[in-house]
Amino acid sequence: MLEIFTAAFWEKYGSLLLDGTIDTLIMVVISTIFAYLIGLPLGVLLVLTGDHGIWPHKNLNRVLTWIINIGRSLPFIILMIAIMDFTKLLVGTKIGVRGAIVPLVVSAAPFIARMVETSLAEVDAGVVEAAQSMGASIPQIVWKVYLPEAKPSLVLGGAISVITILAYTAIAGAVGAGGLGDLAIRYGYNRKVPSMMLVTVIFLIVLVQIIQFVFSRVSNRIDKRLK
Amino acid sequence: MSESIIQIQHLNKTFGTGETAVHALEDINLDIRQGEIFGIIGLSGAGKSTLVRCMNLLERPTSGSITVNGQRLAWMEGEKLTTISERELRLARRNVTMIFQSFNLLMQRTCLQNVCFPMELSGLPRQQQRKRAMELLDLVGLRDKADAYPAQLSGGQKQRVAIARSLATDPKVLLCDEATSALDPNTTASILTLLKDLNQKLGVTVVVITHQMSVIEEICSRVAILDGGVIAEQGRVEDIFSNPKTEIGRQLVYPGGVQIDRLHAARVIRIAFNGGSSDEPLIASLAIDCGVKVNILGADTRSIEGKAFGTMLLGLPEDPGDAAKALQYIRSQPNITVEEVENHA
Repeated sequence: MLEIFTAAFWEKYGSLLLDGTIDTLIMVVISTIFAYLIGLPLGVLLVLTGDHGIWPHKNLNRVLTWIINIGRSLPFIILMIAIMDFTKLLVGTKIGVRGAIVPLVVSAAPFIARMVETSLAEVDAGVVEAAQSMGASIPQIVWKVYLPEAKPSLVLGGAISVITILAYTAIAGAVGAGGLGDLAIRYGYNRKVPSMMLVTVIFLIVLVQIIQFVFSRVSNRIDKRLK
Repeated sequence: MSESIIQIQHLNKTFGTGETAVHALEDINLDIRQGEIFGIIGLSGAGKSTLVRCMNLLERPTSGSITVNGQRLAWMEGEKLTTISERELRLARRNVTMIFQSFNLLMQRTCLQNVCFPMELSGLPRQQQRKRAMELLDLVGLRDKADAYPAQLSGGQKQRVAIARSLATDPKVLLCDEATSALDPNTTASILTLLKDLNQKLGVTVVVITHQMSVIEEICSRVAILDGGVIAEQGRVEDIFSNPKTEIGRQLVYPGGVQIDRLHAARVIRIAFNGGSSDEPLIASLAIDCGVKVNILGADTRSIEGKAFGTMLLGLPEDPGDAAKALQYIRSQPNITVEEVENHA
């Protein structure tokens, strides 16, 4: 395994690893963006329509909860295969980076909705009531109270979401999505190149560390409660 | 007598239904006048927070009518409670603002941005928002904290920012929900002084909700005592202080109370000095003029708007003749009311 320190190894696999890393990053970034575009409004709606929300709607809340629970109860690998036809319909392919993004978004969005719900629930109910007492409308409360006040917590939740999506991309690699997970399985496992397994694992660990560090740092920076 | 600004009639609020229903407020009638500082006092659970939340419809009553600043917010149409529309309510709330026990500032905004918040909601241009916000911070003595975040402020400073914020829309009424309950006595005093100043300077009507009689005596001109969702008594603060008519009134005026059953005296009377008469050495004159010695069981004097208001609990002598003589003497004094206290637990 010491061959990972040799030039020959990097000559042979370097470009594969670079492409794999880039593919992984593309999948993570694009899926995260789309998953938040769906999950964030869902999470906000969950809080607004809840029993103690400012726009209580029992039935809507029940339907949302139901959809989100279904989305969260399917393991990613099963969901990915189960919705392959839908994926093909939507992006024209079932495999590769593009094919992976659809199931990644479908799987991560409900997860993110719950993360957002938890973050918004931390916002002091008294502050929301104060905004209401000043005549704030529901959209104003969402944009000017809930989201800004929950921002540090949302960012911390973001780290968890991104890291979860990163883990999913590795699973997607098993069914031809490309990226670091794909390399680990094809080279590290199928072709028995233990060094490739080692390097992909190291890359994944480093990625997770960087993501967590950056998000924690940003969250701390923007949180005015700590000063 | 000035015009009324908040009128509440036959207000009821029930939480839940059926057997588990809780009657938080029952047949509340209030008339708060323009420019006054009105107090609502009660023990916790008496319904005072619910009542004040009805005044801006943060709490929707079950029945009754609420008129604020000449505008009906809620009224009965037949058996059904009707309220103004959401949109109208949002506009009405700019005239009836509120401060809270826990301040409820936006923690991720600076003080200046907090004060700007209600003006942002109403769509005032940014430049004007900032100008007005600085004036208001100046008014509450926190101009230098404009760029500080609430986490950097003391409790008293936070409440000052909250007060500045509540004044941003030029309200007619300021509702204070236990606004000083989380503050120490010195800070409480300074916040109360500020409220009094604002009341005089801006003419804003102030409604104070509290469980502390000291807050009422400090700034209120009239008070309503709420007990178990019902108004037990209401009137001028000095009247209620000098002569509380209900059990709950006495409890609040003499916190800690005097446990009459533990006092060894045959007959106990409560006398009240109704202002200006506290210079007379009553007990001493009683002893000299009638030769009757009474036992002072408890006493309390407060100064309300410069006048002395005091009460004393006196144990009368065992001898019925002496007791009658003492009672007659005290009754003959001007500005003193006397009432006999039943021995009860």
